[in-house]
Amino acid sequence: MHDVLRTRVNDFAVKLANVNGTGSASANSLIMQAIFRMGIPVTGKNLFPSNIQGLPTWYEIRVNKDGYGARALDYDLIVAMNGQTYAQDVKEVRPGGYLLYDSSWPLDPDLIREDITIWGIPLAQMCNEHFDDPRARILMKNIAYAGAMVAALDIDMDVIETMLDEKFAGKKALRESNLIALKLGYDYAKEHFECPLPFRLEKMDANGDKILIDGNTAAALGCLYAGVTVAAWYPITPATSVMDAFVSLCADYRVDKETGNRNYLILQAEDELAAIGMVLGATWNGARSFTSTAGPGISLMNELIGFGYYAELPAVIIDVQRVGPSTGMPTRTQQSDLLLCAYASHGDTRHILLFPANPNECFHFAVKAFDLADQFQTPVIMMSDLDIGMNDWVVPRLTWDNSYRPQRGRVLTKEDLDNGPKFYRYHDEDENFVTPRTLPGVSTKGSYFTRGSGHNKFGGYTETPDDYQQVMDRLKQKHAAAAKFIPEPEIVRREGAKFGVITMGGCNPACQEALDILDHQGTPADYMRLKGFPFSEVVEQFLAEHECCFVVEQSRDAQLRSLLTLETAVPKEKLKSVLAYSGFPLSAQRVVKGILEQL
Amino acid sequence: MPSIAKPIAKHPTLQKNALGLTIRDYEGSMSTLCAGCGHDSVTAGIIRTLWELSTPPHMIAKLSGIGCSSKTPTYFVGGAHGFNSAHGRMPAIASGAIAANRDLTYIGISGDGDSLSIGLGQLCHAIRRNLKMVYVIENNGVYGLTKGQFSASSDVGSKSKRGEANLMAPIDPVSMALSIGATFVARSFSGDKEQLVPILKAAFSHNGFALIDVISPCVTFNDHKGSTKSYLYTRQHAMRATQTDFVPQQREILASIGRNGATAVTMHDGSVIQFKQVPKDYDPTNRASVTRFLDEHRATNQIVTGLLYVDPNSIDLHEMKKTSETPLRDLPYEELCPGASVLDKLQEEYR
Repeated sequence: MHDVLRTRVNDFAVKLANVNGTGSASANSLIMQAIFRMGIPVTGKNLFPSNIQGLPTWYEIRVNKDGYGARALDYDLIVAMNGQTYAQDVKEVRPGGYLLYDSSWPLDPDLIREDITIWGIPLAQMCNEHFDDPRARILMKNIAYAGAMVAALDIDMDVIETMLDEKFAGKKALRESNLIALKLGYDYAKEHFECPLPFRLEKMDANGDKILIDGNTAAALGCLYAGVTVAAWYPITPATSVMDAFVSLCADYRVDKETGNRNYLILQAEDELAAIGMVLGATWNGARSFTSTAGPGISLMNELIGFGYYAELPAVIIDVQRVGPSTGMPTRTQQSDLLLCAYASHGDTRHILLFPANPNECFHFAVKAFDLADQFQTPVIMMSDLDIGMNDWVVPRLTWDNSYRPQRGRVLTKEDLDNGPKFYRYHDEDENFVTPRTLPGVSTKGSYFTRGSGHNKFGGYTETPDDYQQVMDRLKQKHAAAAKFIPEPEIVRREGAKFGVITMGGCNPACQEALDILDHQGTPADYMRLKGFPFSEVVEQFLAEHECCFVVEQSRDAQLRSLLTLETAVPKEKLKSVLAYSGFPLSAQRVVKGILEQL
Repeated sequence: MPSIAKPIAKHPTLQKNALGLTIRDYEGSMSTLCAGCGHDSVTAGIIRTLWELSTPPHMIAKLSGIGCSSKTPTYFVGGAHGFNSAHGRMPAIASGAIAANRDLTYIGISGDGDSLSIGLGQLCHAIRRNLKMVYVIENNGVYGLTKGQFSASSDVGSKSKRGEANLMAPIDPVSMALSIGATFVARSFSGDKEQLVPILKAAFSHNGFALIDVISPCVTFNDHKGSTKSYLYTRQHAMRATQTDFVPQQREILASIGRNGATAVTMHDGSVIQFKQVPKDYDPTNRASVTRFLDEHRATNQIVTGLLYVDPNSIDLHEMKKTSETPLRDLPYEELCPGASVLDKLQEEYR
């Protein structure tokens, strides 16, 4: 008997194959959200093309009662709604699994597999009979297959209906047609097939007050709460939704009710060269400011990131990484901007990086990024990625401490300047090698020239070797001092651990699951998830404690491994790599395989 | 840029402005440009203008890019903050700075390399954004700091010091700016302070992006026979279209006396600019006729100077964006953070 046929509750994976631009996304997220509302741990991964209409797009839903949220590769059910990809989709159903397709058109007999169950539902035909508007016919087909899934997986119909009520509040006609379509698929499935399937859903209470949110929205919320007033950006996938979310949050929470005046200014720049320039102009003038971008934008920003580093201006850059090099695959995920960001710009430069692993951390790390940038007067890059940024994740509810106040670092006031000694910009460093700065418009006593050209500790232009070097050496010490302000790595130790596993960011769910699998198989390992750069003593210690560590990451060139060998005392040969860089989110199977192959 | 300290000797009889400051208070460190550089004359014009306008030095922000011209903010208003940015990137820095604090007086200094080659895109978009700032292009048709390459404003036929003629069409910042909707466009000549100071004054009172193209000959690399940006060539070919006379609002009535025949333009802040010696059909507020006038004169190799175009109803970036009256950087954090209960409530959307 196939494993699939064994009754499994709240533990399966579904893949939906669609044509993009046909409205399938709303049907897919309806299903995903309904499962979430049933209190069941669920993950959705959108595997979409860099295109607006007509190309293949997939959506994967993994349901797992134990809360494993990485991408699952064994599809128990594939909903094949795209003729272009039938051949591939049919192939991917696990033996014993199910395929649901639109039987308005016949399935190529060559594609039929004996080891799976194939459900044909005449979705297009039914929708054509029930809806007159050509647009509605296309859109409702999606809702109809969602209806079939409700029957097949035992999704709570009440939950779905409530969601439709919320979604179409005040749009009665739309609600009605959605309900009709939903029932079309539902009734057909109930009538013609044995529902529910052997793998199905059952209400749980595992989600508590958790939320279902994408990392880009959460990052935008972080920027709002951190007190950003100026933002600058150039549209780029997959970072665009950061600023889209920030724009709507500002419209909701930053407009003066009486005057209609806006307590923010968002500049859509002509390119990323300008976007980062705007951020630096704004922070020079004392505002909190950020830009959001992806790898190609970071490439362009390199010039002024170096300026910010050398002139010591705060800046927050949210890098939602995608597949490179060059244009690469804009709608696929990777972690391959790491080294570029760590040392962005010509000359000796090094930057503070943060590695959020999920949307909840995108929120909190965004706030942290502003504090670090202000405190250390330097650009800080938050390294998110497409998987974290654009997919919906079930994460703990975001919390806020009302006593939070921005840490603005050493900024001299008029009183400080009037009463203190003569001000020099790069002089009088504190224990973290940070020197006080002044803002324009405060006092002539604070005036100085912000420059990217060689300068001495007084802020004056210099070509004198020792004076130049003095400032450069302090900058290196300042960066190192930031290590103790970076969130400490997440470390999970296991009894009898034979080696360590190190990762960052969106690899976290796959690694955690892989470590459980390995432990179950008798190969326990310790875990360290890095949350930022520069690396602290804790990182050094973990490396020192283990004879061998596997560095799991999403880049061809093992960039995290390189950064660790460059920036810690670890001998190169201690670190082995598990790499997955073809563009889809990481699965636990890939990690397990990668480790076992090298043991 | 090297900054050589200036000997400080204040003459007791030096005139004071409304703030009680002398013109020395608007100077910066000693110029390190070549002796006779046109840029130094522009610097002198800026110093005079800001002193006469009684702008508080700490409320001035000086920005620049890279190049000889971009060095000059060091040479004026030492009490102001300066931002010597990267090559061609000053418009972006200015955009962010102005966004953060709308209360400062912004002056950007750039050159033809900085603004018409590497920074052409940024200049265009700063014009479109209509940032409230004065933007001076010290235009000498040559790359000075890298020793004499042609720039994008070199005229066809103009010869380099080595005798090689430029065959590529120049970018004229004035007509370029007009074509993309600039709200204030002027051209002057560094050797003509009488004209430059009133233009600068008018520019500072403009509610938007005030572009001033100043032909400023390079004495070292572009002041030879065959150059069309030399002192001699400019003096021979410059044609004053308009003579600008800036009249601050509080003295409007007095100054308007005896200006029959002049065209008066009331600026956004209420001050009045008088255009003198204006050709009969010249209307500085009509973009189409200004463009035609400039084209006709260019055809006869005449460099038209003066305040060439102004839109008295100009709306700057902050008005377009409805930004708060209080500079954004001065808003207290308590007004910016929606707080814990809002965060909790808004997350219902993510359930």
